[in-house]
Amino acid sequence: MDLLLQLLASGAVTGCIYALIAIGFVVVYKATGVINFATGELMMLGSFFAWTAMTAAQVPFVAALLVAIAGAAAVGAVVERVVLRPLLGQRAISVIMVTIGLSSIFKGLAQILWSGEYRSFPPIWPRRPITLGPVLLPARQVYPSLIALAAILLLALLFRFTRTGTAMRATAADQATAFGMGIDIRRMFSLSWVLAAVSAAISGVVIGTIGGISPQLGAVGLRIFPVVILGGLDSIGGALVGGIVMGILENLAGGYLDPLLPGGGVKEVAPFVALVLILMVRPYGLFGTRDVERL
Amino acid sequence: MRIGDYQESYAADEALFRTPTQRVWLMAAGAAAVVFPFLAGDYLLYLANLVGLLAIGALGLNILTGFTGQISLGHAGFMGVGAYTVAIAATRLSLPFWIAVPLGGAAACLAGAVVGVPSLRIKGLYLAISTLAAQVIFEWVFGNWTDLTGGIRGINVAPATFLGFAFDSDRRIYFLIHGLAALHAYGAANLFRTRVGRAFVAVRDRDLSAELMGVNLFRTKILAFMVSSYYAGIAGGMWVYFTKVVTPENFPLSLSIQFLAMIIVGGLGSVQGTLLGTVFITLVPEGLKVLTQAVRPFAPDAMSYLFPLRDILFGAMIVAFLIFEPHGLAEVWRRIRRFFALWPFPK
Repeated sequence: MDLLLQLLASGAVTGCIYALIAIGFVVVYKATGVINFATGELMMLGSFFAWTAMTAAQVPFVAALLVAIAGAAAVGAVVERVVLRPLLGQRAISVIMVTIGLSSIFKGLAQILWSGEYRSFPPIWPRRPITLGPVLLPARQVYPSLIALAAILLLALLFRFTRTGTAMRATAADQATAFGMGIDIRRMFSLSWVLAAVSAAISGVVIGTIGGISPQLGAVGLRIFPVVILGGLDSIGGALVGGIVMGILENLAGGYLDPLLPGGGVKEVAPFVALVLILMVRPYGLFGTRDVERL
Repeated sequence: MRIGDYQESYAADEALFRTPTQRVWLMAAGAAAVVFPFLAGDYLLYLANLVGLLAIGALGLNILTGFTGQISLGHAGFMGVGAYTVAIAATRLSLPFWIAVPLGGAAACLAGAVVGVPSLRIKGLYLAISTLAAQVIFEWVFGNWTDLTGGIRGINVAPATFLGFAFDSDRRIYFLIHGLAALHAYGAANLFRTRVGRAFVAVRDRDLSAELMGVNLFRTKILAFMVSSYYAGIAGGMWVYFTKVVTPENFPLSLSIQFLAMIIVGGLGSVQGTLLGTVFITLVPEGLKVLTQAVRPFAPDAMSYLFPLRDILFGAMIVAFLIFEPHGLAEVWRRIRRFFALWPFPK
């Protein structure tokens, strides 16, 4: 029973970070219909920005996080303007491949700028683990997920209450009408990439503080696909639920199935098995919009 | 100047090679391909074999993605299914290669049918994600089903032999690989002159309209998955006899992406473009390698930048082609041909 609680708790903690990455992904998908395969590499870039600020400029963690956010926002804006804008409304294969191409470029650039070595952040979180009843959680997992939750909350408030957020939701709901009401659609596209890059950067930094960073960090980006498919590609609430569920699921699979199967690695593959099952039963996810096609 | 393309019958109009010029060039290319292995060194032969193998796989992916419009991120997985089937058939069952390779194709074909099933309900980006899941699951199975696949150590396979003749050198297997590649390219080109092939194209252009015209959507999509995976399986099978060993690392997601890059750069929905794209995507990184080796005397640490530069170049090629030349090399090639056909007149 204690093992179960332990797995549930640490799964939920990782899940919060997945949720933050997934939200960035969903924001871009909702606004521009692009599946962003470069999400993982945006995380990686963000984490390197923060790491550089902390090690080279010796700034405190909060300032480094701000540096990462600013850097990622710039990258997001440039990428949208230079690469994604010309391909707006193109075939699905083109928009998928262009983000895959971008991820390859980012990976190469990071290896040149920071070399392929494994780096770790200077110690930030207290060493004492946090106890919740029978559950023992390392502080370096709890604080990062709290940061992720806070970022999610801020994003939600932004979408719900600010003028820009409302304009973004309007654009996602109906581009033509939003345009007719005087919303600058292009700015919204640009902004959605900026937000996606920022949320990816924050999650990259917090993941980096847990396990260190390298140019290969972007591989974590693949894990968001089960998350967004479960929640629905175009649902922000779904991304939150999906993130936590998938975090728990992979932890349970890792805890209970790994010892039974040879070779291990169940933790990595279980979410994808779940993904296939979800697509079979409920392709549009838990909260996604059901697509009705008309001729 | 060669203007005018007069056809007097439908048969002539539908023919694969319509002009004498095309036939002459094709024969010249064929002759060059036969002579090539006797002139080329080991390195060039190795590259030629690699291109030949990958071309078979890329043709399969173009049938699925370029012609039928179903995006697959799991093509390397199917290639792996073919490769492991061949390796197991050759080692455990001691089957000769000419049974093992078709068996690999058939096994991949079956796997394709299974992975294609969700295409009934989902399409576009969702389907792409489901094939991504297939890729991850295949890779995991290759690495973890140790009893069957030998785990990380993989399986070693003896060279292919036919009536006592062993295809044990790069020069010998060149003919096998390129013979198969030519055969499969011919098959792919012909496919789109048939009812089934045209149904593929109709599904890509507007699936619901195709259904209203009497195309069975589900059957057609599954069939496209099966044909495409069969090609991947054959490529995987030949991979086994080419490298003599098969390990789980041979078929990663990055290979699936490389296949997609080949058909994007070459031209979606073009057999000729697929071949051009395969050559391009395989040779450009090699060119980079040659270049970095050349500058090594002046910049001693140039080699350490090779892999990152390769990543950047690969990504930049995809992005640049999508933005500036979305129809790929096939379109570039068409423009060149047109220029000479109309010369000395401007287009």
